[in-house]
Amino acid sequence: MTDIIDRLAGVRPGGSVDALRRHRPATRDNAEASYHALFTVIDETHASLAERAAVAQFVAALHADDVATAHYAALTREATGDRLDDVIDRLAGAARTTGPYGDYPADGPLTRESVPGPRFAVDDEVRATLGGRLGAALEHAHLLVFRPRESSVAALARLADAGWSTDGIVTLSQLVSFLAFQLRVAAGLRLLTTEDAA
Amino acid sequence: MTAHTIDEATDAATGTPARTIEHPGASVPRAFTQAELGWLPWLEPADEATLTERQYAGLVDRSRVKSDYFRLLARDPDILRARTLTDKDIFYNASDGLPRAERELAAAATSRFNGCIFCASVHARFATHHSKRHDDVQRLLDEGVDAAQDAAWRAVIDAAVALAATPPRLEPAHLDALRRAGFGEQAVSDVIHSAAFFNWANRLMLSLGEPEEAPPLP
Repeated sequence: MTDIIDRLAGVRPGGSVDALRRHRPATRDNAEASYHALFTVIDETHASLAERAAVAQFVAALHADDVATAHYAALTREATGDRLDDVIDRLAGAARTTGPYGDYPADGPLTRESVPGPRFAVDDEVRATLGGRLGAALEHAHLLVFRPRESSVAALARLADAGWSTDGIVTLSQLVSFLAFQLRVAAGLRLLTTEDAA
Repeated sequence: MTAHTIDEATDAATGTPARTIEHPGASVPRAFTQAELGWLPWLEPADEATLTERQYAGLVDRSRVKSDYFRLLARDPDILRARTLTDKDIFYNASDGLPRAERELAAAATSRFNGCIFCASVHARFATHHSKRHDDVQRLLDEGVDAAQDAAWRAVIDAAVALAATPPRLEPAHLDALRRAGFGEQAVSDVIHSAAFFNWANRLMLSLGEPEEAPPLP
């Protein structure tokens, strides 16, 4: 049976990349279990499916991964029952950049490696459409995707101010961080898969 | 139809907003190091006294109950369990494919590039332990991912760094360089997985707390 990474990477059943993945069944199975723990078999008390899907669509689009973006956009449509995916698509299009970047502490030797770059913020109109919780979640996701070295206790406080609970922040952090893994495994295997087909 | 506002759907059930924890007196390391570091959480970890069996299952190893990091992640036990089992297989299932040293090198290089001083410290130590190449590892930490290395380590580091970029910029040439350095197809796949995994680990470690220099031994 194919799994989500197979579908994102275009792995051909019975092909050489399929064999490489099946040689590491615990990795394969638990990458899949991670996806299900975040998106299908979930407790929505602290983070709803709509929030998870919308953040995932945003993160996939920031990674410029069209296949994954389409997958998570479909999940957003399913979870919200309206065209929130269009709003997320427009936001991500404007928020795309290249990373990682960000400042290291000014009083240390790494300051010479600091790289400036944009800080993403949703405007009031968009925040009114998305709600404060999702607006804050997208801002945090952008921070984690592009400038994780600039993470701070203040960034978590902004999530709390928007109503995120401690459990909810843990789930949101896992979700964005997991996608940073899933999208890269898919990107890497996609290269191998292309060679496999050639 | 009015726009869908997610707050309305969930506000009633999301519980109390998080309380953040600051550590104003902490001695935060300013440079990459192979020394052992501590880690201080910015959110309250789950209480050890009231952990459920599901949370223990999330921890995988019961000894991790003493770690603030793992008890914080245990607030969402199912993803913690799947994360941990993914991690263990990618790094410890080394009977074939990429050797342990190069898996740790991929983790250390990714952490160096993303800027995770804590993760880099742990996996630089492991890379040194398995490779016995302390100075090469230290050069990665001191000078960065472009510091001089032999061809095999160059290929691993370059692939890890290209994959860590957002959007990822890994290309067939990176995979060919790994093959020319003698790595087989399973090992190439292992480089992809080891490097990809640390984009997960770095973001958790960086965003949920901060490293702390361990007090000198008495």
